[in-house]
Amino acid sequence: MNLDWMVFKRVLRSGAKNFVRGGAVSAATVLIMTVTLAIIGTLVFLSALLSFTLNTIKEKVDVSVYFVTTAHESDILAVKDKLETLPQVASVSYTSADVALATFRERHATDELTLQALDELGGNPLDASLAIRATDPEQYESIVNFLEATPALSAEGASIIDRINYAQNKDVIDRLALAIRATREVGLFIVLIFALASVLIAFATIRLAIYSSRDEIAVMRLVGASNAYIQGPFIVAGIITGVVAGGLVLLLFWPASWYAGAKTVSWLGGFNLASYYLSHLPLLFAILMGSGIVLGALASMLAARKYLKV
Amino acid sequence: MIYFDKVTKNYNGNGAAVEDVTLSIAPKEFVSIVGHSGAGKTTLLKLLLAEERPTEGNVFYESIDLNDLPLSALHHYRRKIGMVFQDFRLIPNKTAYENIAFAMEAAGRTDEEIRTDVPYILELVNLSDKAMHFPSQLSGGEQQRIGIGRAIINQPEIIVADEPTGMLDPINTYDVVEILKKINELGTTIIITTHNKGVVDAIGRRVVTMDRGKIVRDDNQGQYAL
Repeated sequence: MNLDWMVFKRVLRSGAKNFVRGGAVSAATVLIMTVTLAIIGTLVFLSALLSFTLNTIKEKVDVSVYFVTTAHESDILAVKDKLETLPQVASVSYTSADVALATFRERHATDELTLQALDELGGNPLDASLAIRATDPEQYESIVNFLEATPALSAEGASIIDRINYAQNKDVIDRLALAIRATREVGLFIVLIFALASVLIAFATIRLAIYSSRDEIAVMRLVGASNAYIQGPFIVAGIITGVVAGGLVLLLFWPASWYAGAKTVSWLGGFNLASYYLSHLPLLFAILMGSGIVLGALASMLAARKYLKV
Repeated sequence: MIYFDKVTKNYNGNGAAVEDVTLSIAPKEFVSIVGHSGAGKTTLLKLLLAEERPTEGNVFYESIDLNDLPLSALHHYRRKIGMVFQDFRLIPNKTAYENIAFAMEAAGRTDEEIRTDVPYILELVNLSDKAMHFPSQLSGGEQQRIGIGRAIINQPEIIVADEPTGMLDPINTYDVVEILKKINELGTTIIITTHNKGVVDAIGRRVVTMDRGKIVRDDNQGQYAL
């Protein structure tokens, strides 16, 4: 135990010294790693922006159920309660006929002709309605199927549902669902490609840095050092590289997101990069530091191992 | 102590670098292996360090057959041997002190042992004042003295020196030979390869002469005879 601790301390110290004495090579490795992590960080922002946009679009879609004018409010609310128990339903909002009329009048306040026509009709020609929002656009069909399979009936036994505007919206909803799914998949694919490319570049850089130490590794073997004792300091130096690069990226992202956020907030439909950075700092920290440490350690371990077969 | 039993080493079918060599070395011997370049001297040392494995035959260290040593156990074996290289092979980003200390660290010695032994060895090779210098700041002779310091720090049973004076001027060569003789007098077996007649004659001990991979002479009180 004591011996292990001594070895651990030596490996840490030696790794830190190697990193500091590495000079230009260490600096270059940190630089490349910083670029790699910056790409990974940007991808985090991009995927957040993508989900934000998709959610905004999703929220604009709903299906409305219109009830016959004779339907009792209690019957409509019973339908609402039933709908809310469905797992695929995110929310249901009730608009009574009176509220619908008031909204209609307000919207057409400057349109004399329409208001006049409405007055001439007498009474309230508008239906009460339920606006249903699904957790996922692909779920609308099953919600509509549910409504059709379990018809809401009045006390007299007649259906109180006048119409559901799903049929005319179906095409748009289907296309949107497809677009969202495709964007997700393509987005994920692009993110993975970029992440992979940057990881490979970081790997190659670290390998190159360790390549210059291959003679040194051979000498360490011949002097009687164990493989773990030789690899250890390289891994420590790799981890330091990752941590320094991760810290640099976090530092750089703060002014960058603040500047870019102020410029793009209206253009991105209300998505503010700076507030995303602040509210997701722990996540960004974990992703950047985690990737930096894993990348640095793994690349160093694999690269050093190549020269250990002496 | 060391026994080469009918050892042959081929490199990728380019003829034998070492051919049918049988050689035994007793404890506390000082053996000079001489021969022209390409005679197989260095290969012989590499076989002893298990840096290379024989194509045929066996190399024994005491009762250990080096053929049977797995890669993962090699470092334990190599700690019994101190290695000195022609091109010094110090670790460039470690100071003179750290280069010597590294061999102790690798052998799992404690920090206190390192703090007492390294300065002692630096004094022995007469480089106490250059302890904090990096190899690039030392002359060839100084680097080789650090290399010897590193080789002897763990009090190995054998010192293997491959052309240790090959890159040194006559004065540094003399220093290195004197240090090696002193180490041998203290009871360490020494095997060196060289093609420097002056070195062999100055040592005046057993000389094994190689030519084209074979041992052609083995004299107990030898002189350089090529």
